[in-house]
Amino acid sequence: MDAFSPIPALIGGVLIGLASALLWLGNGRIAGISGIFGQLLPPARTVVWRLVFLAALVLGALAAAWLIPGLGVGGPGGASAQLASPPAGWNIPAPLWIAISGLLIGFGTKIGNGCTSGHGVAGIARLSKRSFVAVGVFFSVAILTVAVTGIV
Amino acid sequence: MAANLRLPYLATAAVSGLLFGAGLYISQMVDPLKVLRFLDFTAIPTGGWDPSLAFVIVAAIAVMFIAVRVGRIRQAPLFDAQFHEPEFHHIDGPLVGGAVLFGIGWGMSGICPGPAISLIAFWPDNLLTFLLALFAGSYAGALVIPSGRDERLALAR
Repeated sequence: MDAFSPIPALIGGVLIGLASALLWLGNGRIAGISGIFGQLLPPARTVVWRLVFLAALVLGALAAAWLIPGLGVGGPGGASAQLASPPAGWNIPAPLWIAISGLLIGFGTKIGNGCTSGHGVAGIARLSKRSFVAVGVFFSVAILTVAVTGIV
Repeated sequence: MAANLRLPYLATAAVSGLLFGAGLYISQMVDPLKVLRFLDFTAIPTGGWDPSLAFVIVAAIAVMFIAVRVGRIRQAPLFDAQFHEPEFHHIDGPLVGGAVLFGIGWGMSGICPGPAISLIAFWPDNLLTFLLALFAGSYAGALVIPSGRDERLALAR
């Protein structure tokens, strides 16, 4: 059940790439979710397209889950989505664990100017030196965090 | 009317968001446990590692790489006056420190911002807690780094 799924991964990756390509060539904007999300906060300047994009992001996942059910998590034929539980033996309530994770991700992507999409997809594709550093750091630290906590 | 309020601009944002969300579902990157199974390199020796995420990101980068080349030939995007290419170039403290903190948070939950938003479609327990924390963290980050564009540029140009 924990199977490696290369074909859906490649198809999904191409769709994410097309989404990024469209936003870039159409509107000259980088499809970086933390940036699109984070710049909704004051002093926000361009709010409307960001809200449109984020609403469509949710609808796109929902529509795909109904059109192509049963790929895994989500939709009528899928398992119900679950967030990770804290590591066994840590005695931390799940909501607190999740909240700390969310705070770190929000804060880190804000001061670091990007996440997996903005640095990871668009930044690498633009051959941005900053993005190569950011991606190398956050992947390494995330892998280390999983190894240290033993959460999986 | 501002360029970013015209219909073709907003329609582009909508179609891009739809494709992105569909891609996250089809690749199953909406499943935080699948993302964690990629990040769990300790499972490589035992054969339990799931390399799917690498296939997702490499495919996405390849498509975007072509689009960036096309964009460099053109003077401007279709529906705006210019490409909004980041103007920061230096590797600075906030970039590296931010990536470290993001990496810790990502390793704790397997959720990065794209899947976090698209998971609204499937609404797992504790998602609201996560999203409120994400929002609060982002807001706190905006208070800490220089808020003026010129100051941020001076730091990282």
